[in-house]
Amino acid sequence: MLKYIGKRVLLAIVSILIVSAITFFAMNAIPGGPFNKEKATDPAVQAELESRYNLDKPVTTQYVLYMGNLIHGDWGVSLKSGREIWPDITSKFAVSAKLGISAMIFATIIGIVLGSIAALTRNKWPDRLIVFFTTLGTAMPSFVLATLLLLLFCLELKWIPVYNSSNPNYILPIISLSVYPMAYITRLTKTSMLDALNQDYVRTAKAKGVSRVKLIFVHALRNALIPVITYLGPQIAYILTGSMVVENIFTIGGLGSAFVTSITNRDYTTIMAVTIFLAILMVVANLLTDIAYKFTDPRIDFNN
Amino acid sequence: MSEESKYLLEVNDLNTSFFTDAGEVKAVNGISFKLEPGKTLGIVGESGSGKSVSAYSIMQILAETGRVTGGEVKFRGENILNYSEKQMQKFRGEKISIIFQDPMTSLNPVFTVGYQLEEAVLLHTNKTKEEAKKRAIEMLTLVGVNEPESRVKQYPHELSGGMRQRVMIAMALCCEPDVLIADEPTTALDVTIQAQILELMQDLQKKLGMAIIMVTHDLGVIASMCDEIMVMYGGRVCERGTADDIFYRPAHEYTKGLLRSIPRHDNMNEKLVPIGGTPINLLNMPEGCAFCPRCDAAMKICLTEKPDEIQIGDGHTAACWMNIKEAFEAQEV
Ligand SMILES: Nc1ncnc2c1ncn2[C@@H]1O[C@H](COP(=O)(O)OP(=O)(O)OP(=O)(O)O)[C@@H](O)[C@H]1O
Ligand code: SF4
Ligand SMILES: [Mg+2]
Repeated sequence: MLKYIGKRVLLAIVSILIVSAITFFAMNAIPGGPFNKEKATDPAVQAELESRYNLDKPVTTQYVLYMGNLIHGDWGVSLKSGREIWPDITSKFAVSAKLGISAMIFATIIGIVLGSIAALTRNKWPDRLIVFFTTLGTAMPSFVLATLLLLLFCLELKWIPVYNSSNPNYILPIISLSVYPMAYITRLTKTSMLDALNQDYVRTAKAKGVSRVKLIFVHALRNALIPVITYLGPQIAYILTGSMVVENIFTIGGLGSAFVTSITNRDYTTIMAVTIFLAILMVVANLLTDIAYKFTDPRIDFNN
Repeated sequence: MSEESKYLLEVNDLNTSFFTDAGEVKAVNGISFKLEPGKTLGIVGESGSGKSVSAYSIMQILAETGRVTGGEVKFRGENILNYSEKQMQKFRGEKISIIFQDPMTSLNPVFTVGYQLEEAVLLHTNKTKEEAKKRAIEMLTLVGVNEPESRVKQYPHELSGGMRQRVMIAMALCCEPDVLIADEPTTALDVTIQAQILELMQDLQKKLGMAIIMVTHDLGVIASMCDEIMVMYGGRVCERGTADDIFYRPAHEYTKGLLRSIPRHDNMNEKLVPIGGTPINLLNMPEGCAFCPRCDAAMKICLTEKPDEIQIGDGHTAACWMNIKEAFEAQEV
């Protein structure tokens, strides 16, 4: 198990290096830079700024310098605000994580419950209703849903203020973020539950005298959860990045909106920092999923 | 009534259908049999003849689309088809147990062998968890699983097919049921393991005294251990009798065909002849004899009228017009 984790961590480092290199060179290949403004800056001032941030050096040298600093824990300063990036990222990540994790917990619990209900009432009205809403949920992009919710609850009904910078309301963003994964988890749970209920081992359990409730929630559900867990890992990371749009619509100052702003500002150091941070998150989430997977499905053998 | 109590299990005119999108699949069409305590009944027939469906109908563990549409299943004189689901839960595993065709898929992959055995014990006794664990180990020892103390901590995928079937047998017998249904318990195993498992079952029958319903499509394998053999085709009973009746005095054309298709010590020098034609379509059962479309000896009457089971000898019956004709002719002379 430890050997497996070690191998995975090594692989993770390689993928993070690749992601960082692609981002770094792609970012520099696009014309323009952080100090190019519509109003021309004095060339002498621009040259001074660029040399201060190493922007006058060849791109490869810049990359090596950047990664060298990063290894020593120096995430650099924002080219836009001049502030240290790391404390900024962590405080913004706290906001995003609060949003994303709430959304994921909400989506997982409701998804598993609805999926089980749908499987058990297959082709009857609760199932039909659930199928209708999950189809709707997977078809609607989160930004459309977010806009509609904003329109309905903030502008029409006025239940929730449109904007509150000091104490933002999380309910609508959580709903916007969780609907898609919830619908997806519902469908996944339903199909894998139906599949599990048709397996020989469920019939064996029934033949032993196991009650219907235990048959469903002990013998079938445990097996049905395996595909759900596989889906959850990458999804957690997706939700943290996917929340960019939603964070922007609801003006919540999370990592997602910081990323979007840094791109429009050509704030190279912030772009790099957020990208690498998200890549690390993604890798960690996947590793945690694999470990969770192992605990649900004893057939998984890390040694092979 | 007193006559009836002699039998542990009595199945009368059992009918089971699956209601599918394509229509009603009539898998079992009026089978009957009686089983005395401690005896062994063999049920033989080719794939699709309704052996498993008959077994599942008795246990009431049919797939969702399946339903018993007629007949009765009496256990000690009581029709268990009238039981509520709660009563059936208590019944299954305690009075009648079943082991399945495929040991590779019949155990739950995410629970340990010990958990699955203990669960069966806890369901039907007042034992504590500790006692149930003891019983699980005791049962594993009984069915010849080595190192039972460490086996209980293993998952099914860590065991071989033969070991898993032993675990299935241990699980089925841990509450000492009166009847054990073995649905092709050795089909998925290789030949040497097959013999071991059958021997084990006979051994356990001597020790525990349960009656066995042995389902198989391989007549040769079980003949020696059965008190009675029932041959099925198309969800109906073709012929029944002792192993000797079936082997040496077959009276039904299907049984004769079946015997020609398997190797035996007395047909060593003859060519094996598989039964021609394709299995019947259960969606559209023939009006007359189910075997008619494939029968070389078919007569006009076979096409239109269903043959009844008639007595051939003591405890030997067959449902084939050939015998009825012979019986009729014998009477005339
Ligand atoms: N769930 C189901 N839905 C529809 N038809 C079914 C279902 N289960 C069984 N049948 C049909 O019932 C018939 C009898 O099947 P059964 O499983 O009893 O055969 P069997 O005699 O046990 O054969 P085998 O030796 O292959 O196990 C088959 O033709 C099969 O197609
Ligand atoms: S009843 Fe007729 S068709 Fe059926 S097995 Fe006998 S001879 Fe053949
Ligand atoms: Mg079968």
